[in-house]
Amino acid sequence: MAEAETPVAPTQTEPVRVYRHRLPARIWHWVNAVTLLVLLMSGLMIFNAHPRLYWGEYGANFDRAWLVIGSTPDSGYLRIGDYRVETTGVLGRWTDAKGAEKTWAFPGWATIPTSYSLADGRRWHLLFAWLLSIGLTLYMLWTLIGGHLRKDLHIRRAEWSPRHIWHDVKAHARLRFPRGEAAARYGILQKLSYIGVIFVALPLMIATGLTMSPGMNATWPWLLDVFGGRQSARSIHFITAWALVVFFLVHIAMVLLAGPVNEVRSMVTGWFRLPPEREEGA
Amino acid sequence: MSEIVLPRRQLIARAGGLVAAAGALPLLSGCDAINDAPAVRKILSMGEEMNRASQRALIDRNTLAREFSPADLSPYFRPNGTRLPAGAAYAAHAASAFADWRVKVTGLVTRPLALSMVDIRAMPQRTQITRHDCVEGWSAIGQWTGVPLARILAAAGVRDSARYIVFRCADRLGDALYYESCDLVDALHPQTIMAWALNGKILPIANGAPLRLRIERQLGYKHAKYVNAIEAVASLDQIGAGKGGYWEDRIDYEWYAGI
Repeated sequence: MAEAETPVAPTQTEPVRVYRHRLPARIWHWVNAVTLLVLLMSGLMIFNAHPRLYWGEYGANFDRAWLVIGSTPDSGYLRIGDYRVETTGVLGRWTDAKGAEKTWAFPGWATIPTSYSLADGRRWHLLFAWLLSIGLTLYMLWTLIGGHLRKDLHIRRAEWSPRHIWHDVKAHARLRFPRGEAAARYGILQKLSYIGVIFVALPLMIATGLTMSPGMNATWPWLLDVFGGRQSARSIHFITAWALVVFFLVHIAMVLLAGPVNEVRSMVTGWFRLPPEREEGA
Repeated sequence: MSEIVLPRRQLIARAGGLVAAAGALPLLSGCDAINDAPAVRKILSMGEEMNRASQRALIDRNTLAREFSPADLSPYFRPNGTRLPAGAAYAAHAASAFADWRVKVTGLVTRPLALSMVDIRAMPQRTQITRHDCVEGWSAIGQWTGVPLARILAAAGVRDSARYIVFRCADRLGDALYYESCDLVDALHPQTIMAWALNGKILPIANGAPLRLRIERQLGYKHAKYVNAIEAVASLDQIGAGKGGYWEDRIDYEWYAGI
């Protein structure tokens, strides 16, 4: 009798699970998430010690800065080149947790530690720089040896076609993410951004970081020449840091839009549930 | 379209959460408690040791910091830290063009010295155009002339038991006189000089007259100004608070400032 009453639902296929992220990728991802956050926040503290950026070998208060975060007696501002914008409350002049007005460039909630300490900011920054460097080196080796680069990140010839790239851009803009089998693989924009972060932005952060070291400058002066001088290296370090922040924001937005539970779970357990194919006409 | 509504709501919720977290004071003070915990301080200081050990391994002891041409000089060399030491004694020295200034060379040496500026200028000199990198982030290029510290130390005869050189200064900052120190690798480096001229002129008071240290492979705060004593020691434990420098003792700047 029970058999007869069993409702016959339309065939609900079990979601297909694929093992998408291997353990080294997952470990590196989360170690990096913490490391980059500490590096960013302690880096903003270090920037606060001299909130001016220059191009070339030298640059100090009497030299022309291309970027300044500063304050007037009643406002804070950001100046880039000749373009100046009021940033009172956020940059240059803001109120701390105890209600005291401060004129450091970046506010306490964005820095490590929250109150001004260049020494402590440097301690955090220069220790976590080791974590980033060692982690990135190991991860790069793993992507080469373990096949991650060849199998997952390698951009095939067909993917380089402008039509394919434009198609992916449009799909992202419409928030139409790949489903079914296609969701198991990275799209061209994903590949470009991951390759950009792993092989361009993070190595650039480390290299420009090293060129701010007077010791390293003595032994590797050619690296400083690549960047055009110590103050240029400092500027590139700052710009690349914000490029990584932009990557992070887009990354988080994509995770949220593509299904945060499934995405985060796959980066914890490795297993990703393929979103079912769209039905015809959907 | 319906499939994206939920994630968007979550996105907004998450964004709201971030804003709330940014204003969450307990979280922030929690961060500072972590920063101040002794165990954390110990872990954080590992970075300095790793930097020192790796730089000592990577950088030959005699590798020179880059030297520039006169065309590369900063238009104005920014002075930092003390710009004019307080007190009648220093003012009297300055008034007499430092004719009676003496630099004592003491500690673990076989021949303690008291060098006048005339003595110092009579020794072999070195002139170098180098970039000065402040821990704060700015840089300035200047031309320095002075006597290699190695010459002074050789004249005094440093004993084998000496491991560090301490530089005593005439400027008082707050509660104590400024001081700095370095190991013998940096002390004997060819570009480590006791400079008395900047950009071809007698060293200005703001930049450390009459004599300052140049230690070109380390950051600015190591470059002690207004130096009146050079001391060879076996350990830094008994000097100041034991961390090897004025700022090291007070706010925990790294003693090894090669990065």
